[in-house]
Amino acid sequence: MSLKTLKPGYSGEVKDRLENFNGNQLVYVGWDHQLLFCAPFTLAVSPDIPFGQLRDQVMASVFSPHPEWTQINWDSAGWLLDGKAFVPQLDVSLQAQGIDHKSLLRFQTPELAGFMSAAV
Amino acid sequence: MAAKKLNTKDKYRLLTRDLDWEFSYEDRKQAFPFEEFEGIKITDWSKWEDPFRLTMDTYWKYQAEKEKKLYAIFDAVAQNNGHTNISDPRYANALKLFLTGVSPLEYQAHQGFAHTGRQFGGVGARIACQMQSIDELRHVQTQVHAMSHYNKFFDGFQDWSHMHDRVWYLSVPKSFFDDARSAGPFEFLVAISFSFEYVLTNLLFVPFMSGAAYNGDMATVTFGFSAQSDEARHMTLGLEVIKFLLEQHEDNVPIVQEWIDKWFWRGTRLLTLVSMMMDYMLPNKVMSWKEAWEVYFEEAGGALFKDLARYGIRAPKYAETIEKEKEHVSHQAWWLFYSYGDATAFHTWIPSDEELDWLSEKYPDTFDKYYRPRWEMAKKMEAQGKRFYTKGLPQLCNCCQIPLMFTEMDNPTQLAYRDTVYKDERYHFCSDGCHDIFVAEPEKYVQSWLPVHQILQGNCGGPGLEDVLRDYYRMNVGADNLDMKGSPDEQRWNSWKGVA
Repeated sequence: MSLKTLKPGYSGEVKDRLENFNGNQLVYVGWDHQLLFCAPFTLAVSPDIPFGQLRDQVMASVFSPHPEWTQINWDSAGWLLDGKAFVPQLDVSLQAQGIDHKSLLRFQTPELAGFMSAAV
Repeated sequence: MAAKKLNTKDKYRLLTRDLDWEFSYEDRKQAFPFEEFEGIKITDWSKWEDPFRLTMDTYWKYQAEKEKKLYAIFDAVAQNNGHTNISDPRYANALKLFLTGVSPLEYQAHQGFAHTGRQFGGVGARIACQMQSIDELRHVQTQVHAMSHYNKFFDGFQDWSHMHDRVWYLSVPKSFFDDARSAGPFEFLVAISFSFEYVLTNLLFVPFMSGAAYNGDMATVTFGFSAQSDEARHMTLGLEVIKFLLEQHEDNVPIVQEWIDKWFWRGTRLLTLVSMMMDYMLPNKVMSWKEAWEVYFEEAGGALFKDLARYGIRAPKYAETIEKEKEHVSHQAWWLFYSYGDATAFHTWIPSDEELDWLSEKYPDTFDKYYRPRWEMAKKMEAQGKRFYTKGLPQLCNCCQIPLMFTEMDNPTQLAYRDTVYKDERYHFCSDGCHDIFVAEPEKYVQSWLPVHQILQGNCGGPGLEDVLRDYYRMNVGADNLDMKGSPDEQRWNSWKGVA
């Protein structure tokens, strides 16, 4: 079903187009089975930054208050990009490895069970 | 000789149905241009049963009598320093949420019913909408008056209508009503009169009004009583709308079902705010959110949908998901607001040990296992002098606009993610319910004004979060927001009560 409108040919203005973010793109990042942070984060970053910068600077700025952040073993952590298994390349830009505007990145750290082993 | 005074029946006929007229030189279809585009077929408007059974003069008389009593109580509350009689200063925060989140919806309902009422060819429906429109205007006015007394003594009440239009979490109720008001007139009635007023209103009204009664808030209780007979009429209108549409034409059934599915889901997402108010913000608890959901939706709603089955209407889609979520949503929501408590126009706090035990008792299957550990962690951090506030902005659902804080019901430590791609652009949702609503009408929801995205586009001032809060949201930063502990609200309360 499409929108029923008074007149034919109606279309809505896409509010969150890439061009509206002043050179940045959005990337959403969530830490699976980790609920100290109540929701994933919305990060506005340049599409040209390497993945390493996203992880170690931008993500660290929001995730590091968690006491287990520094214990993450990135060699064994798993990643999902828009629902599909993903192996990030640290030196390659986001854009060049398919992380585009409004992509969702999720990471898993199964060896870290959180506070009281309750995924906190 | 004609009687000097009309009998009730004649008066009713003359002042309702007789207000309509025939169109002799204008095309009736052009006079009511919104009546057909939604696909609803009306064969006979005269079959509309007036749910209100009221004429305008009687209506004014009743409402004026209620107003007199109501304002006498407001005066008494003010003269007797009613704000010092509430159970605990934390209670005032439930009122701040109501004033900024719910009262503006009364105004939206006023506007919505005024517009919708104009669009119906049937005079009965027009008059019902007109009266409800006036009711809703009265509700927003009396709510503002009821709470104006608290505004003199507590922070966070001062700029409620401005905040409603801008503050991140208030975009949840605002976008709900914007969605309904930008729909056609029949969808508006199914959304607001039926799905919201009839099916879900008890879950909004009873918690706030009983909450007021349990917590010594005479002004709000009295407002509640004054609005009760109006709400009863609104519910009757909701039921009449559904029965009328379903009886008019069988082609209406699938359209109405789709609207019920959509608005039931949107309504329950909106009520997430009420769930946390009941379980966490009321110092004296009325009942748990889970219990309220069971009484007011599962029992009452179950009977309703059994009754509607004869028209071919089934229970709303995803009702079974919501049944499981009743164990979780209030805890997830209060954690969201606690952890973003530096960006809220009300205070947040860690529940007391007694409250944590109450939650364990009310939620034996979920609280200790999933939610108590978060509060233990928060307590530990607070004891170290590091009260926990999340840095960074959350990801929002493109439909309900709530952060993606809901978890999978078969895997409650995993956040739920849903997405879709429309015209090469990716959109994210908190649930199947919100996903389906977008997919059905993408051209509407690509326009969602998502507060987080708007901040990141630079449309809300800044650059820092505090600049946005102070200049764009008009919060008194340091007074309206942050923890209850150490707040000016708490300090004033302690000085009134002579506590050091």
